[in-house]
Amino acid sequence: MLAFLLRRLANAVAVMLTVALIAFVIFRFVGDPVEMMLNEQATQAQRDALRERLGLNASPAMQFARFVTNAIQGDFGISYRNQQDVFTLIAERFPATLELVLVATILSLALGIPFGVVTAIRRNSVLAQALQLVSIVGISLPSFALGILLILVFSVQLGWLPGFGRGEVVDLGFWSTGLLTASGRKALVLPSITLALFQITLVMRLVRAEMLETLRTDFIKFARARGLPDRVVHFRHALRNCLMPVITVTGMQIGNLIAFALITETVFQWPGTGLLFIQAVTFVDIPVMAAYLVIVSFIFVALNTVVDMLYAVVDPRLRMQGSGGGGHGG
Amino acid sequence: MEVDAMTAPPTPAATPPARPGLLARLADSDLCWSLHRSPLALAAGLVLILVSLAALFAPLLATQNPYDLAQLDLTNAELPPMWLEDGQAAYALGSDNQGRDVYSAILYGSRISLVIGAATVALSLAIGLIVGLSAGYSGGWVDNLLMRIGDTLLSIPTILVAILVTAVFRQLLPPGLREAFSAIILVVAISMTNWVQYARTVRASTLVERRKEYVQAARLIGVRPLRIMIGHILPNPLTPVLVTATLNLGLAILIEATLSFLGIGMPPTEPSLGTLIRIGNQYLFSGQWWVVVFPAAYLSLIVLAVNLLGDWLRDALNPKLR
Repeated sequence: MLAFLLRRLANAVAVMLTVALIAFVIFRFVGDPVEMMLNEQATQAQRDALRERLGLNASPAMQFARFVTNAIQGDFGISYRNQQDVFTLIAERFPATLELVLVATILSLALGIPFGVVTAIRRNSVLAQALQLVSIVGISLPSFALGILLILVFSVQLGWLPGFGRGEVVDLGFWSTGLLTASGRKALVLPSITLALFQITLVMRLVRAEMLETLRTDFIKFARARGLPDRVVHFRHALRNCLMPVITVTGMQIGNLIAFALITETVFQWPGTGLLFIQAVTFVDIPVMAAYLVIVSFIFVALNTVVDMLYAVVDPRLRMQGSGGGGHGG
Repeated sequence: MEVDAMTAPPTPAATPPARPGLLARLADSDLCWSLHRSPLALAAGLVLILVSLAALFAPLLATQNPYDLAQLDLTNAELPPMWLEDGQAAYALGSDNQGRDVYSAILYGSRISLVIGAATVALSLAIGLIVGLSAGYSGGWVDNLLMRIGDTLLSIPTILVAILVTAVFRQLLPPGLREAFSAIILVVAISMTNWVQYARTVRASTLVERRKEYVQAARLIGVRPLRIMIGHILPNPLTPVLVTATLNLGLAILIEATLSFLGIGMPPTEPSLGTLIRIGNQYLFSGQWWVVVFPAAYLSLIVLAVNLLGDWLRDALNPKLR
């Protein structure tokens, strides 16, 4: 048990070190940091001083070690573009992204689960067929195209909802939220639908597959044999058994959604980390790019690792890699 | 189990290697029969054929060459589609602020999107097959190293990898060359994220097959490793690889469009469908919806057709589902 947890943790650390190495290589070798930070008139002495201060004269291995220790402490250097501390810059923008991602996640569960149940238990109904078709369309429709379409219909034509920005934001000191004002909530509607669409189809397909699997099992047959009404069989017995994988996938997808939010944020000019990253890419603001890569990958890897480890705690079968399974039934 | 007894005995569904009468056998195959039974897949295939033909013959079908600035006429700028008031027949789907015909731009744009998509699938397939075969066949540290690289790539969100690779390559190239090479950069960047899937499939199959007697026999009579890998082992995982490749074509077109939309893909001088949507997006609030809606609809249509075809192919080639 402990061995498995440690191995999984070591694996995650190895991946993060690789990511940090990629970020470091990008930071150090794509363009000279000294040239990027100083203007053209800087003297050679100034250049040398900065080079020394940034520690660029040390050996690459030493530089990488310093990069990692700094990153762990949240120090990703200064943005080339607006001369601010990169970590603060990202931290300021993070609430916007996280709020968007959480609302999209709630939306995907609230719509995806019922859709999935319907397509599973009324497999041949018109509604189920229609939902299946919509789910394929949902996967094929590029999220930026959906966002543009929503803006066109609901902002430009109908004028019901704002098409860009976050609306009024309440600053709670450590967190700025748009959920407390009417304009903030209105501004959330279109972006969260755009971000959630793919996730909805994912949850729906997953619930459908799991439901079809569960409905075939013996305990469902037994429940039916006991004469329980369909509603109880479907929702209390079958659906409950499907929720575990749904919650897992949803949890793991949060990291992915944070990354994919950058497309939505660009469409809606949503002031989150994704928009910051895209602007950094356009202006070759390498410290911001490197920091974003490390932070998003960290969230992604951490979520995956925690989910894997929780699974191992909950389900003993996963711990036994190759060493013949014990007598656990199910 | 009861289900199995009722269906036809499973037969290998992949098309056999070229032998006399290939077309006749193809028409008689399970695959073709299944295609007849699925109107949606048939329609998707038809759409794809039409789209490819339209892209291929774009110079003949288009009313103007959108790359040729001399053909653009500012007096015909911002025209709505022809069925609306002020629309002109020469600009069937309207024109943008520079007098570029939207219909022609879409035809030329789909060319770029499709070529990049196809090239990405080809490149990632090539990398994936080579990595998967060599990792599975040689095992040991080669296997470890290659698969670890794959794991790491998969542990970062794909869109991030694609954006970073594009950004880094662009930065490394001298400014004058960036636009000329943007298509190649995109193909490399998207392939970087796509090859792992193929490599994993092929490796898993190679690990199983290389222990079987026919491979050992081939090795004993002195067949070279390269030939064993390609001639003996590779045909085994080809079916799932084919399905993945189809679905990845849709994905590749989508990622290319996304990168172009974000402004780090194809430049406006050589617009793909994603670039057209990016350009059109700037006029969204000024009411010129046609500049953005038509390219977006065409892009969605292509991806939808590819996905429908891929979904159908996956089910049709899976004997368990018959």
